[in-house]
Amino acid sequence: MLSKKQAKLFFLGGTAFFMVIFFGLSIHSLTVGIPENTNADQLNEEILLGRKLWDQNNCMGCHTLMGEGAYYAPELTRVYDRKGPDYIRTVLNTKTGWGPRGRMMVGYDFTQEEVEGLVAFFEWMNNTDLNGFPPEPSLSK
Amino acid sequence: MKFESQKIAYHFFALSMLLLVLQIIYGFIMGFAHMGYDVFHEWIPFNTAVTTHKNLLVVWILSGFMGAAYYIIPDESDHPLFSTGLAKLQFWSFAIVGVIAVAGFHVGWWEGRKFLEIPRPLDWLVAANVILFLVIILMTLIKGKQQTTTSWVLTMGLVFAALLYLPGMVYFDNISVDSFFRWWVVHLWVEGVWELIMGGILAYLLIKLTGVDREVIEKWLYVVVGLTFLSGILGTGHHYYYTGGPSYWLMIGGIFSALEPLAFLGMTVFAITMYRKGNKRHPNKLALFWTLSTAIVSFLGAGLLGLAHTLPPVNLYTHGTLVTAMHGHLAFWGAYASLVLAIMSYAMPLMTGRKIFDNRMGNLAFWCSNIGMFAMTTAFAAAGVAQVYLERIAGFEFMVAAEETKPHFFVLILAATLFTVGIGMFISNFLKFGLPNDEALGTENEFKPLQAS
Ligand code: HEM
Ligand code: HEM
Ligand SMILES: [Fe+2]
Repeated sequence: MLSKKQAKLFFLGGTAFFMVIFFGLSIHSLTVGIPENTNADQLNEEILLGRKLWDQNNCMGCHTLMGEGAYYAPELTRVYDRKGPDYIRTVLNTKTGWGPRGRMMVGYDFTQEEVEGLVAFFEWMNNTDLNGFPPEPSLSK
Repeated sequence: MKFESQKIAYHFFALSMLLLVLQIIYGFIMGFAHMGYDVFHEWIPFNTAVTTHKNLLVVWILSGFMGAAYYIIPDESDHPLFSTGLAKLQFWSFAIVGVIAVAGFHVGWWEGRKFLEIPRPLDWLVAANVILFLVIILMTLIKGKQQTTTSWVLTMGLVFAALLYLPGMVYFDNISVDSFFRWWVVHLWVEGVWELIMGGILAYLLIKLTGVDREVIEKWLYVVVGLTFLSGILGTGHHYYYTGGPSYWLMIGGIFSALEPLAFLGMTVFAITMYRKGNKRHPNKLALFWTLSTAIVSFLGAGLLGLAHTLPPVNLYTHGTLVTAMHGHLAFWGAYASLVLAIMSYAMPLMTGRKIFDNRMGNLAFWCSNIGMFAMTTAFAAAGVAQVYLERIAGFEFMVAAEETKPHFFVLILAATLFTVGIGMFISNFLKFGLPNDEALGTENEFKPLQAS
């Protein structure tokens, strides 16, 4: 029968072993995988302004991006393709809060530069390779 | 209660209950918003409500863990708390930082990073507070007459939970990298080191409540937490499938996260076996109920409902939908919320000397809150499946799908009402205990003959 000592060894050994593998894979992901999939070399001032505004205003508190966030408002990973830049500008410029179907977005007082930053951010996001997410709706074809 | 200094645990338990009530209020605000009645939009928009709801959850659970540690560590190491004064300081600073954080969410002082919305300047205060907490716990443990496996597992869980908070404090330009590290905190907490805390507290409760020999319980404790890390570390990959990570995570995350339920199943088998082996003579039935329900419901909510959407082909469709919210509720409830309620149910009679062990109110609280939460989970599941089908499979717009899920949110609110009644009764019992007092010192001695060690 398993002794307490063996059980402890199983715990410590297993943890150390899988931690080493995890660190190795993480280093690869951070230095090669993610930069490639997300075109990290294309990140510029404009996109980073958009990214900062996304963070500061907690847009993720209603929307999802890359499937992460809350489930009150639409997924935005591919919004640049789905709606196009002009539609996005209209949404962001609605100072009283966008909400054509009744469900209200918070109204923001963005400058022109900030709106363009967010549009650039969505364009960048649109071109990321997310292993097939979001899926193509199978019934709509 | 063995030592007067354990009384400080009461502060943390009381804070826990207060924050739970607030968390529930914000839950209702969001439930109504999803139904189309976003009446507080001007003052508390959805992103404020969701952020407050989630952070209150994390803070009340952490508060419960801290209370648990302040109660358990002195008892296990047979030594009074290292410093009651410092512990009080730690409590009040913890409460104040919490209030500032929650107030800040209402004026836009936050970061849009799910679960880690507390702004970085405040993060430093959180870190300082947690370091103080750990110093008190570690000093007590080191000075103690004995250092049990149970107390080490619990303490190491707390230490690593603190360390893992740090990668979440760094800012990255690339949002995908930001997210990568966010999961080091969130995933490696709930599916990693928090399970050490859970295992430690459960082991303590089982030793006390079942009377099974400590050596046997602690041996299986190692096996369970061993399974946790064996699966949970590489299981982090299930958050890297579709967030910019390389494609090998589909395979690695898929396989290892599918093994994660084993750790929770281990927890269930562990608790039930010990219960059956034990003498079943400890009169505190409520604590036993909550202990066993933690072990069982955590498997259902985290293990089974986690497994339901963790494989890449399924997650492709359910990722970032209300299906995730379904799992999030039952997992947090079963594993961590119930755990805090279990240790409170055990410790309160011993801290106050009032033997509320098996009353009607406590039983009703148990059943209403659990049945309410299962019903809430079902409502989220119905809404989630409808959303996945309409939006991801049939290709309707998000808002068209959202319109169809409204009835499920009506059901959610009904279920949440039952749940809230249960929590209300739990709190009413909590208040009935009154304050901890010196007369209660040594209350547990009368149960010593029922315990093996
Ligand atoms: C009356 C009770 C409650 C109600 C009505 C409620 C409702 C909600 C709603 C509507 C959301 C937002 C979903 C979205 O993003 O659109 C949410 C999120 C969440 N709630 Fe609750 N909740 C309640 C209690 C609880 C409790 C007791 C817990 C923990 C034990 C909890 C844990 C969570 C978590 C973890 C999330 C984030 C889920 C995710 O984004 O995947 N809630 N809740
Ligand atoms: C007590 C343990 C657990 C808790 C408290 C928990 C809680 C949560 C929460 C709150 C989320 C939403 C996170 C976010 O989007 O920010 C989540 C996501 C997820 N959980 Fe868990 N979980 C637990 C265990 C598990 C286990 C054991 C599995 C797998 C078998 C699992 C599989 C998943 C998956 C696949 C997601 C991502 C969902 C998505 O793609 O949107 N969870 N969990
Ligand atoms: Fe996870």
